[in-house]
Amino acid sequence: MAKIHFVDHNGETRTIDVENGATVMEAAIRNAVPGIEAECGGACACATCHVYVDEAWREKVGSPSPMEEDMLDFGFDVRPNSRLSCQIKVSDELDGLVVSTPERQA
Amino acid sequence: MAACQAGVVQPKRSDMSEAIKTDVLIIGAGPCGLFAVFELGLLDMKTHLVDILDKVGGQCAELYPEKPIYDIPGIPFVTGQGLTEALMEQIKPFHPTFHLNEMVERIEKIGDPAFRVTTDAGKVFECKAVVISAGGGSFQPKRPPVPGIEAYEGSSVFYSVRKMEQFRDKDLMIVGGGDSALDWTLNLHPIARRVTLLHRRDDFRAAPHSVEQMRALVAAGKMDLKIGQVTGLEGEGGMLTGAAVKGNDNALSKVVCNTMLPFFGLTMKLGPVANWGITLENNLVPVETSAFETSVPGIFAIGDINTYPGKLKLILCGFHEGALMAQKAHRYVYPDKRLVFQYTTSSSSLQKKLGVG
Repeated sequence: MAKIHFVDHNGETRTIDVENGATVMEAAIRNAVPGIEAECGGACACATCHVYVDEAWREKVGSPSPMEEDMLDFGFDVRPNSRLSCQIKVSDELDGLVVSTPERQA
Repeated sequence: MAACQAGVVQPKRSDMSEAIKTDVLIIGAGPCGLFAVFELGLLDMKTHLVDILDKVGGQCAELYPEKPIYDIPGIPFVTGQGLTEALMEQIKPFHPTFHLNEMVERIEKIGDPAFRVTTDAGKVFECKAVVISAGGGSFQPKRPPVPGIEAYEGSSVFYSVRKMEQFRDKDLMIVGGGDSALDWTLNLHPIARRVTLLHRRDDFRAAPHSVEQMRALVAAGKMDLKIGQVTGLEGEGGMLTGAAVKGNDNALSKVVCNTMLPFFGLTMKLGPVANWGITLENNLVPVETSAFETSVPGIFAIGDINTYPGKLKLILCGFHEGALMAQKAHRYVYPDKRLVFQYTTSSSSLQKKLGVG
């Protein structure tokens, strides 16, 4: 179990308890966190679950795979800390993770 | 694509020649459209399929060819591409005809029921029944999220290249890192005044040999490569004069261009379905659940595009819907024939149709 903090575009934070093994995208969708669309349902086939990983967490979360990088090409305002939240698996390690959602999804 | 060998792929043609007559026209060659060929074929109905993509398989082929699917009954694991190929093999005995790279624009009722269906290439079909298995609608180019881009579409911003000549002597900015972006960069750079390729990273999804050719042109000073993302467009009255670009170091710069070709992949849009005179509900087609017929008798909707109480967007549900649809379609195609329900396991006549009897 891990607490994940979602900061939306306006700076409002929502904190969700997420079981290990779920993805950050799934946690967002199940809890109706705004700002994440996940059009493809988590197949890494779109770029509508794009998030920015808080700088303090970038190393622990890791960098995107080549396939995810390809998909990020379709994202809006992609930054060095951009990830697709469907590709981040939650574990105890990530307890306290902070991600923020972009102004809009692609 | 090898999987197309099960059917005949008709070339696109624009002349308004005689209508192609068939029993059932299927709109969308995704998994549900392909399996509908099988269910209709078992009941002696001939089919033609129209799809906007250049290949069969729909989302399975376009969005997740390599991704696993775990919920096809009896097949513990298959990829999108694998399922497409298996379906093409399964429907081979029924010789469906495919019309790829085409979009159905119009459906007119010409009988009771009978329909005339016209594609954007001017191809005309006459059929007794229509099956809409169009999934999320038609795949269309994705509009990049650049503020105000709509004002330039069709005059300075284009999502596809129909005539290369249109871009002669233009200051062209091509955006993207996939095959479309690289192919058009290579093809248009000889005729454009200057080509700038913009991509958000110095790493490309496109085929390595295209990337090499592009890099050679850049090294020879024949075109420009810029790494960054478009943040805004400049121009007036739909005529582009430049684009604001943010580099990965957050530095802002301007690219002078009068034409932009963004290649940001495909997204699904409902498209012309809305103009076919059938009732829609939240961009889906409501159907009844005994035959999955729409508000217009003779027009059916199966798979992700339909809706009814309890609907699940699963491939396996679309297969079931196709089987029931075929029973009702038979009444329209063969109003005088009695339909006897048979199993492929035991019916010698069905086995003969499948070429195994």
